[in-house]
Amino acid sequence: MKPTSNKMMTGAEIFFESLKKEKVEYVFGYPGGAVLKIYERLYDIKDLKHILVRHEQGATHMAEGYAKASGKVGVVLVTSGPGATNTVTGIADAYMDSVPIVVFTGQVPSTLIGNDAFQEADIVGITRPITKHNFLVRDVKELASTIKKAFYIASTGRPGPVLVDLPKDVIASVCEFEYPEKVELRGYNPNFVGHQNSIKKAAEVISVSKKPLLYVGGGVIMSDAYRELRLFAKENNIPVTMTLQGLGAFPMTDSQSLGMLGMHGTYWANMAVNNCDVLVSLGARFDDRVTGKIDEFATRSYKIHVDIDPTCIDKNVVVDLPIVGDVKHVLAELAAEMNSAPDTKDWWEQINKWREECPLEYNNSDGKLRTEYVLSTLNNKTEGKAVIVTDVGQHQMWVSQYYKFTEPRSHITSGGLGTMGFSLPASIGASFAIKDRPVVSISGDGGFQMNIQELITAAYYKLPIKFLLINNSFLGMVRQWQELFHNEKYSFTDLSDSNPDFVKVAEAMGIKAYSTDSPKDVEGLLDEALAYDKGPILIEFKVVKEDMVFPIIPAGKTIKEIITKRLDPKEMM
Amino acid sequence: MKHTISVLVENHFGTFNRVVTLFSGKGFNVHSLSIGETETPDISRMTIVTSGDDKIIEQIVKQLNRLVDTIKVVDLSNQPRTERELALITVYYHRGTRNEIVNIGNIFRGKVVDINNKSITLELTGPPDKIEAAINVLEPYGIKEMARSGTVALKRGEQIKRDKLESLTT
Repeated sequence: MKPTSNKMMTGAEIFFESLKKEKVEYVFGYPGGAVLKIYERLYDIKDLKHILVRHEQGATHMAEGYAKASGKVGVVLVTSGPGATNTVTGIADAYMDSVPIVVFTGQVPSTLIGNDAFQEADIVGITRPITKHNFLVRDVKELASTIKKAFYIASTGRPGPVLVDLPKDVIASVCEFEYPEKVELRGYNPNFVGHQNSIKKAAEVISVSKKPLLYVGGGVIMSDAYRELRLFAKENNIPVTMTLQGLGAFPMTDSQSLGMLGMHGTYWANMAVNNCDVLVSLGARFDDRVTGKIDEFATRSYKIHVDIDPTCIDKNVVVDLPIVGDVKHVLAELAAEMNSAPDTKDWWEQINKWREECPLEYNNSDGKLRTEYVLSTLNNKTEGKAVIVTDVGQHQMWVSQYYKFTEPRSHITSGGLGTMGFSLPASIGASFAIKDRPVVSISGDGGFQMNIQELITAAYYKLPIKFLLINNSFLGMVRQWQELFHNEKYSFTDLSDSNPDFVKVAEAMGIKAYSTDSPKDVEGLLDEALAYDKGPILIEFKVVKEDMVFPIIPAGKTIKEIITKRLDPKEMM
Repeated sequence: MKHTISVLVENHFGTFNRVVTLFSGKGFNVHSLSIGETETPDISRMTIVTSGDDKIIEQIVKQLNRLVDTIKVVDLSNQPRTERELALITVYYHRGTRNEIVNIGNIFRGKVVDINNKSITLELTGPPDKIEAAINVLEPYGIKEMARSGTVALKRGEQIKRDKLESLTT
């Protein structure tokens, strides 16, 4: 370890010097007692932008949005106790979706740890199962090397959240600043290079397959493997289906894209999975929302699973050929090993038949406003190139169906944890990262209220975010399950009597806002929103209350049990 | 089937907790778990006796490997190994049974480490099945209390055939 500087510094100074070494541009934070020393130092720091949030959960989602949009590590700074515990949901979200963020939490002085001191919480203990790794810094001499490790662990291998707990006395202590150039972690060696013989075998199997399918997950986007994917799919004329996190890895406008698979995936993508003879999973994890009933998932196929995380392999579905490695590297090697492209002519004929059998449809003729129409119009106006940040629920699934993503890092959503309240703050983070394309935040009326306080953050920083609020006055997805699976007992999902006036809320935050319930207004309002660049703008779309997302394969079921439309015509609204 | 998994971990604050959190969070079984320093003071060895089908054991090994603080994970179950456990067992006695209990201790190559006018404490070491056998035999006398260390295990050194050894030494 070579010293990069020999200056004596306080922990707070070391903290910022270390962030500078990691080329951190933005910190999403909220001050408090245990981090006062850091904020004291921050007061005089000019080259780092601190974004003041309104709630620490918002900060974590902003860091996630920033990380997902930029590919860089998102950084959060909060105080001890409640400041730290408020980050838990965002950390869990980042853990489930493998988002590289580093969360710095203040902590009571080390001498008081364990004494139930004011604003004390054992955040290292609390977050142990939801972080890739976490640290309690016990000595200022370990601070710089711990920060180095935190960024390294968060951003390499399968990315994920790392938490660093900073006791108040450590931050105030002084030592010599040395930023290590290398990380030494004998227990952490992510494997980037896939096994050569396995890659060769995979190429052989794919070459002779008749019905191959590429099943693409978020890993392809994280490892920047989308060029390799496009090349490989194109050269070999293999159909591509994507998971929720994989959307954008392959252009959905391309004829080879089958769209999303799984519970609310397209009929043809799910039929293709069920009938393929070789299934190539690239950076995906066979999540239950993808597989449905595990025992009957893609039973006819030879399964190749490429993933950088060995624990993903054989966890849910037992595969025939595992390849542990960085999907970017593996795909490049795989392409080089292919002697001939598989003959997929008949397979494509079959897939195209499925496309016609059960296309994505919605009622567009009764003059009522529907989410699908809003999203299709948005898609047309932005040509699939906007950065779409969604929340969780029906609108999220409709986005996956009706917004045709063409670029990676354009679809930002909470998939694994399914965190309502994600979109609003995550779009703020994305907006700091993305300047050349519109950032559109889409939420339902339920999720929008879960981090609604961050509207003022968006307004204060004059971020040109387009907030599209899909208001059906219901917790729509839960309502849908109640209708389909819970005897139509609409228990506590109807918000029509309790929703606020969203336009007034937005206006109170200094945000321009409109509301409509007419399809006729959609084009004009979207045009205005997309053109407006002076700050955020909110458009509330009051849509049909009782619409459902179709198709749906009920949880734990198979393609045979797919529901493609509402059965009872009397119920059609 | 029971598996004995040996894990070398960083001798850090919180490492033990990380492993335990992993087992509880993923719903893995723990029959016994022991931890102590190794010949290298900054590395500890954990010996975990767990059970599950092959898929679960594979996940346990992989998940342990994934922890940043684990250095090496070995499933010793299908390898030649030495497994030992230590048990302290306090058994009630009366005049008629005292010698019997001492004898049982001797049969299991145990030691009497404490005695008062009501009970005897035996110290037993051996493979876990031997400890189980001793407990089984002592149970009818009335076990007052018992402490078991959990299994510790090491892989056996590789046995080199004599002819090979000779060729190596000459």
